[in-house]
Amino acid sequence: MMTLLKAVVRRDLLLAWRRRTDAATVVLFFLIVVSLFPLGMGPEPNLLRTIAPGIIWVAALLACMLSLQQLFASDHVDGVLDQMLLAAAPLSLIVIARAFAHWLISGLPLVVLSPMLAVQFGLPSELYLVLMLSLLLGTPALTLTGAIGAALTLGLRGGGMLLALLVLPLYIPVLILGAGAVDAAAAGLGAEAHLLLLGAQLVLTTTFAPWAIAASLRIAAE
Amino acid sequence: MLSASTQPLHLRTLPMLEAHNIEITRGDRRLFGGLNLALDPGTLLLVAGSNGSGKTSLLRTLCGLLMPSAGEVCWNGENVRRLREEYWQHLVYVGHANALKNELSVAENLEVLCALSNVHTSPEQRRKSLVQFGLSGRELLTAKSLSQGQRRRTILARLSLCVELPLWILDEPFAALDSAAIDHMQSVVGTYLAGGGMVVMTTHQEIPIVAPTLRELNLDGLAHR
Repeated sequence: MMTLLKAVVRRDLLLAWRRRTDAATVVLFFLIVVSLFPLGMGPEPNLLRTIAPGIIWVAALLACMLSLQQLFASDHVDGVLDQMLLAAAPLSLIVIARAFAHWLISGLPLVVLSPMLAVQFGLPSELYLVLMLSLLLGTPALTLTGAIGAALTLGLRGGGMLLALLVLPLYIPVLILGAGAVDAAAAGLGAEAHLLLLGAQLVLTTTFAPWAIAASLRIAAE
Repeated sequence: MLSASTQPLHLRTLPMLEAHNIEITRGDRRLFGGLNLALDPGTLLLVAGSNGSGKTSLLRTLCGLLMPSAGEVCWNGENVRRLREEYWQHLVYVGHANALKNELSVAENLEVLCALSNVHTSPEQRRKSLVQFGLSGRELLTAKSLSQGQRRRTILARLSLCVELPLWILDEPFAALDSAAIDHMQSVVGTYLAGGGMVVMTTHQEIPIVAPTLRELNLDGLAHR
């Protein structure tokens, strides 16, 4: 069973490496969207510092959502998804393995790059860690929640727009908690409460999303 | 005679695939209904029928990918939609789409497919199987650069590595193959059946395969029942 899941993760990482421009597009999108705001808002240090957590988080949501459209689409077209549905391991576990690989490729880079963007907004350096922690706990939840939408819209014409409409409202709690963690730390209130709630949200999503994704994939294969 | 405890689990009782009173509807169209079948080890079931008669739908239903609009498919007496991976670990399905990733090499693709069936193979075994299917020297090519026939051969190379699984469901396995590959495929399926495997297969070509038990099913005759 573990060999099977490892092979799935390995396959996804290998595919991502062979299609590295796709992964790079997502990361560049994140960097560019966030960088546009200081340019558009003008050099007003206090304003930039206030909006920074929200902007970085919204850009992370959009980047996550963009990358999710391809999560199951190519496997659906070439028949590999059928083989995954008929695999010797529970589909929900395979889905977790795939979501994990996807997060390593398109979620983790956002976490790592976020301090670089925080510099552009003049965020105090003691907040970098909170920002990274909030993204570290939040982005896996975004990937898993978004994967439900990706599985539901599989094979639909214009699925990309529908995916956005389905998934973005579900991202709201993560956005509020994630940006709120940085705001709270900036106000000197401590970010523990927000980070704990983000952690709880991640546990909840990891528990229930794989079943929803697996069920949606089975419907898409009918 | 082996004692029960030393035998692999799937051989303790003879594996058996049954379909009870299956009806398949695609969209608004009822393809056929009232289909019963039973397969035991050594049986080859050839499914025939004109285009659109529901061959692929029947195969996908037997796999458990499609839900029949009536009736049920059972493995050893249990509904396959309830057994899920308990059933799928005994099964290899070759669909009409070649399940290959264009960016991965032939060897990598084969490795992933074997891993999904939870069949542990060494690189040497996989290489041997590819060579037997006439793909020697092409193991490291990406699937993108293969011809249609070579893509089919890559998918079929998985079969000779999965002979321990008791059921193969093959949708048009001979499509796009040349005569040498057809010959090899015939012997692979023949050996598997002689060893107690079960095969459900659709094909438009007249290709003789030696099987302990041969059944034929023509879906055109069922259409209006």
